[in-house]
Amino acid sequence: MPKDSGIGASTKRREDIRFLTGEGNYTDDINIHGQAYVHFLRSDVAHGTLTSVDTTAAAGMPGVVRIFTGSDFEGVGGMPCGWQVTDRHGQPMQEPAHPILAQGKVRHVGEPIAAVVADTAEQARDAAEAIVVDIAELPAVVDMKAALEAGATRVHDDLDNNLCYDWGFVEENKDAVNKAFEDAAHVTSLELVNNRLVANPMEPRVAVGDYARGTDESTLYTTSQNPHVIRLLMGAFVLGIPEHKLRVVAPDVGGGFGTKIFHYQEEAFCTFAAKACNRPVKWTSSRTEAFMSDAHGRDHVTKIELALDADNNFTALRTETHANMGAYLSTFAPSVPTWLHGTLMAGNYKTPLIYVNVKAVFTNTVPVDAYRGAGRPEATFQLERVVDKAARELGVDPIALRRQNFITEFPYATPVAVEYDTGDYHATMDKLEAMGDFAGFAARRAESEKNGKLRGLGVNCYIEACGIAPSNLVGQLGARAGLYESATVRVNATGGLVVMTGSHSHGQGHETAFPQVIAEMIGIDESMVEIVHGDTANTPMGMGTYGSRSLAVGGSAMVRATEKIINKARKIAAHLLEASEGDIELKDGAFSVAGTDKSVAWGDVTLAAYVPHNYPLEDIEPGLEETAFYDPANFTYPSGAYACEVEVDPDTGKVTIERFCAADDFGNIVNPMIVTGQVHGGLAQGIGQALLENCSYDENGQLLSASYMDYAMPRADDLPMFQVDHEDGTPCTHNPLGVKGCGEAGAIGSPPSVVNAVVDALQSAGKDVTHIDMPLSPDRVWAAMNP
Amino acid sequence: RTLLSSFLREELKLTGTHVGCDTSQCGACVVHVDGVAVKACTMLAAEADGAVVTTIEGMANADGSLSVIQQAFQDHHGLQCGFCTPGMVMSAAALLKENPRPSEAEVREYLEGNICRCTGYHNIVKAIMAASGQDVAALAAE
Repeated sequence: MPKDSGIGASTKRREDIRFLTGEGNYTDDINIHGQAYVHFLRSDVAHGTLTSVDTTAAAGMPGVVRIFTGSDFEGVGGMPCGWQVTDRHGQPMQEPAHPILAQGKVRHVGEPIAAVVADTAEQARDAAEAIVVDIAELPAVVDMKAALEAGATRVHDDLDNNLCYDWGFVEENKDAVNKAFEDAAHVTSLELVNNRLVANPMEPRVAVGDYARGTDESTLYTTSQNPHVIRLLMGAFVLGIPEHKLRVVAPDVGGGFGTKIFHYQEEAFCTFAAKACNRPVKWTSSRTEAFMSDAHGRDHVTKIELALDADNNFTALRTETHANMGAYLSTFAPSVPTWLHGTLMAGNYKTPLIYVNVKAVFTNTVPVDAYRGAGRPEATFQLERVVDKAARELGVDPIALRRQNFITEFPYATPVAVEYDTGDYHATMDKLEAMGDFAGFAARRAESEKNGKLRGLGVNCYIEACGIAPSNLVGQLGARAGLYESATVRVNATGGLVVMTGSHSHGQGHETAFPQVIAEMIGIDESMVEIVHGDTANTPMGMGTYGSRSLAVGGSAMVRATEKIINKARKIAAHLLEASEGDIELKDGAFSVAGTDKSVAWGDVTLAAYVPHNYPLEDIEPGLEETAFYDPANFTYPSGAYACEVEVDPDTGKVTIERFCAADDFGNIVNPMIVTGQVHGGLAQGIGQALLENCSYDENGQLLSASYMDYAMPRADDLPMFQVDHEDGTPCTHNPLGVKGCGEAGAIGSPPSVVNAVVDALQSAGKDVTHIDMPLSPDRVWAAMNP
Repeated sequence: RTLLSSFLREELKLTGTHVGCDTSQCGACVVHVDGVAVKACTMLAAEADGAVVTTIEGMANADGSLSVIQQAFQDHHGLQCGFCTPGMVMSAAALLKENPRPSEAEVREYLEGNICRCTGYHNIVKAIMAASGQDVAALAAE
């Protein structure tokens, strides 16, 4: 029977009340008395030399407070990159300067050139139009392979070329991998594109800078997934503000999906300008600005090869990927095609030899960084496509080929440097086969045929690595940050608790799920626990929310802090009960002496901690508040198997998703309702990538898809009802909750099954189609069918 | 040149109405003007002169409790980050007024003008059908 509270209960979300009644507090809802508004004048060309920026006329426009250009930031630090990758030859990546406002050159459409601060947003916009910018255009570098040719135009004059790094992983395996290909009975190869996407949280980015002259304190309100990271990067590396004089607040945030992890120029600008103008300064992104200033995602071009022996065992895997960095390095960009991608290339399979080569390339496009899944969708897509292609070439069942090569013993050390702690890929596939009613597929295909449609079934597996850690390991891999999480648990005198977490909720439901854990640990009602997050002034230093890490890392910190609380409360209870501490048991919100009817309620113990009249003051301090920092021993490894059934209209090429099933192993689950919702959302984004979404540039570096008129977001009528099953997972072995993370799975796991299904549909009709690049829009599918 | 959405948010400080795009695509700003669902970013405030405008702030029951539609969104987890939610609730109310027992396909078609990036729409569709009094248990095996 489902639980109605605590761990495992589908507790309804408490945060919904404010969101459903219009009482949310998003950054754009914040207005500070006397605030001015900023409008950024952005480059409308992809590449050029700034010959002049004349602000004379604009400065005299009504309401203008001050106009800033690149020269105002000459003594200020540029935007920092948080991850340094070392290349195949042991050399550090090439790392260009990244100014707040363009200095000397513009390198992508949308790069900010000048910023107008005015009394109203309209005045700022009008004045920006009066700025006269003269740009001597240069050839734009757009295509990654052309960018690496000798003599190609350089995006950055001071770098050797457009190659950020050439990464080999594991470099020592390269010769053995090549040898295995020479010895292979069969080799399947595939060239594919992982299409460039824009994360598009529905809330555009907003920044409000405020400065208190009297105390020399700066405050930034911003749409961020990790306010402490912004405080550290902006304070220490950009503006030189010590952390005790800088507060960063990320209130209700309307979705992130990765793109609100990064530190952006607009945040630094508003903080800087608030002090320079001695007025609060607010910037609200328009959607068009978001398309040309939010970090984009994916954009890999890959050749993958799979070697098999005569018995269809995978013997080696070799990949070569070009990964687009855009014009500058966004905060965590270098890590995405390397440590979040190469380490996942084993997937669910015991392939013994793997070599991954990644060339990261600068182009005159918006910077590219993590988007839901970040590197893992790219790894999963190419691997699951090539496995499917191999099965079709060999004439074997795609599921049987996968099962034959599954990893079955755990822990399992892959040849790409990670160790999976738990999983049961056969069990997950069993769940998928039951849920997907594969036995009934032939009948459904016949029914589609009667209606003039081609029906296809595609399956894939996935593995991902979440809760990226531990800090000392990622430090060796190039991270310039730690990846722990923190929690302070404050117990009030009358027994209620406040948890101040370094995690951040922007839709994931921390305010509901985190209290479920504490309620279970102490045996009290969930309503006695409140979660505080998103403000550096009242939460301990935390690394924020991304990489499906909140519960696995942030939740673990909360558990550790709560354990400290319980240990201290037990000592107090022992004193109150005049018993030995070892005999004290905590159950249902009361401490009791084992084997007796003597007990003291939770609230009486907490009251004693703050009114310590009858209290062991000689042994322990009054009060009941504890902090824990949790640094995980390993990543967590959620896994799953997905199935997609499509109908293709042979006359138009339109693909319709008829059925989508997701079987996931997330380990233990705290709130099944929330987990199901996370899977649904991930699936929609993965299906969106596969069928609809594409961020498109022309050969001059013009962004063609800068609005919802041109960038196809998934709408309600593009998607089916989903079937999901994530019960009975294999618990993570190295965190106290046994949880693995669920936020990215749907987006990682769904694109290959969609493409596999369309290929299956077309091949069933005798079409010689082995691959179509995403998105599988009607024109692309029709063209593939009618060569 | 003040848009109705700007007037609501900036003059009246009714910040429940959200603005998620600049091409009238996303639907986060849907309000009711004289009972009809309107994207508040497509209308000048002056055009609403004399009309009755209902926003998300006016959708709860008189005693402050959630309305049937709002309650269905909470019961069926029809929201995550909450940013598109006001527009979704306003559109759902308009749909159910015009079509009290919509089919799944009708709900999906009606929501064409409301984009949600979090939920994949599954639970929004479920919530709206549940709010219409239909049994949603059979919609999908979860």
